[in-house]
Amino acid sequence: MTAPPLALSVRGLSKNFGALVVAQAIDLDLMPGARVALIGPNGAGKTTFVNLLTGFLEPDSGTIALAGEHLVGLRPEQRVKRGLVRTHQISTLLFDNTARDNVAIAVAEREGFAWRMLRFGKEWCACRDEAQQRLEEMEIGGAADRSVAQLPYGEQRLVEIAIALSLRPGVLLLDEPAAGVPAHETELIHQVLGRLPADIAILIIEHDMDVVFRFAHEIVVLVQGRILMRGPPAAASADPGVRAVYLGNTAV
Amino acid sequence: MTRGRVSPGLAAIGHALPWAIVIVYFYAAPDYLSFGTQVMIWILFAMSLDLVLGYAGILTLGHAGFFGLGAYAAGLFAIHVSSDPILGHVAAVGITALFGAVSGAMILHTSGVTLLMLTLAIVSVMSEYANQARGLTGGDDGLQGIKLDPIFGIFQFSIFGKTAYVYAAVVLFGWFLLAWRIVHSPFGRSLDGIRQNPRRMRAIGTPVWWRLVAIYTISAAMAGSAGALSAHAARFVGLSVLSLLSSGIVTVALILGGTRRIYGAFLGATIYFVVQDYSAKISPFFWEFVVGGMLIATVLLLNGGLLDLGPAALRLRDRWRGAAKDGE
Repeated sequence: MTAPPLALSVRGLSKNFGALVVAQAIDLDLMPGARVALIGPNGAGKTTFVNLLTGFLEPDSGTIALAGEHLVGLRPEQRVKRGLVRTHQISTLLFDNTARDNVAIAVAEREGFAWRMLRFGKEWCACRDEAQQRLEEMEIGGAADRSVAQLPYGEQRLVEIAIALSLRPGVLLLDEPAAGVPAHETELIHQVLGRLPADIAILIIEHDMDVVFRFAHEIVVLVQGRILMRGPPAAASADPGVRAVYLGNTAV
Repeated sequence: MTRGRVSPGLAAIGHALPWAIVIVYFYAAPDYLSFGTQVMIWILFAMSLDLVLGYAGILTLGHAGFFGLGAYAAGLFAIHVSSDPILGHVAAVGITALFGAVSGAMILHTSGVTLLMLTLAIVSVMSEYANQARGLTGGDDGLQGIKLDPIFGIFQFSIFGKTAYVYAAVVLFGWFLLAWRIVHSPFGRSLDGIRQNPRRMRAIGTPVWWRLVAIYTISAAMAGSAGALSAHAARFVGLSVLSLLSSGIVTVALILGGTRRIYGAFLGATIYFVVQDYSAKISPFFWEFVVGGMLIATVLLLNGGLLDLGPAALRLRDRWRGAAKDGE
């Protein structure tokens, strides 16, 4: 029996901005269905790492393989088509549009309908129906007709996750899904995160340790563009090196 | 897009209104048909600008380049190739579409002020070329000697402009149907998304550059079609079609009427030329002042152009009623 292919395999990923090393020979594997949290202090290179994965930055060296297919050199939108999808730290939505249309446009793009100019009635209806369903899975089906600009911030975050899921990702990068969400809405985000489809490999970038410990099966600690350690949450919080650089000497 | 819903009956009347005016005008103002033709040509031009500037958010001051290219192509085609107007129109549209695709592919990697400057540069080069190439274009004397066969061999172009009027109306209607369809299609929605947030669109896998080149090409063809109409209607092409002023006028007309509604082009271009016509009669220098004042008032008071006048009045009424109620 052969091992199942890795959902994501990163090897020796490096990037410098002049003398500043922002990614230093990063190796990272994600199995299908993985729930891994990427943590690290400010400036550790988390955002750079996400930009390298998604193609907004090109690495100086190293490889990225998504389900065995190499991604380096592909444009961001091509990587999305292949199943590497991200959400944004700050709500990145079409604020003039309704929640449903935000998701439906993504569905149309996935299905290749988004080039349709003349004949589209049936297909667009199907996109909208699917969008409605995605929003209902997030328990915000009732907000579908509202402009996303009018939605509470927590619901905007859920729309963003609904969009990401509608693209049928193999690997999902969640960039601080709970950032900026007021306390009374965070529970909803937690529940949604807990219900995400089991077959998707998820890398969550998060500052909130509460989210990390509830969600992640594994923690990767990034410091100065380098992976300091990888292990189960308990090991991470017990590791003296991690405590020193990130969690603080007295916390946890 | 969340906009107020109106009843289907009212909407149908609204949709029919511009075309009813086109038909009524034909019978009511036979002596002013060339004015009507000019307005329809500029409606088409403004509509083409709406597709790129309004919907896709492509900042451009170079749209006169396509209008002018279409006009010169149609004029030169009539002089050197064939005096069939339909054939000439199709050729002009094809050439401007090609030029739109090539120039768009080169400049649409950029955005914002950079893009604006590049569009400006392209139209300036075109204008100067047309000015210098006197042998081809007639330079600042304009392109003269355009002769056209009757359309379908039946409808003769005449000084009264009946044929040109109907020809312009039919072409405008055709492009209107296409534009209406496009802006409501998934393609049009993706353009609207690109205007709002290109980063979001790339994150859902949209090939942003290809989309922009596509709409730029369609819009160029539409502007070229307007230019061809103007060359055919006047049987003359002046150097001013390629001027920055033309780009400015079409932008002012569009913003005056309202962007991103298709009908904004109809209202804006009509108002612009009617006001120009009337106030120029009062004083030849006065009309720019009037148009300028209208533009400032529109941009400051109405976020959706003059098309927003109705909704804005309703809002004002509601507020006034609310205030009256509070006062009781």
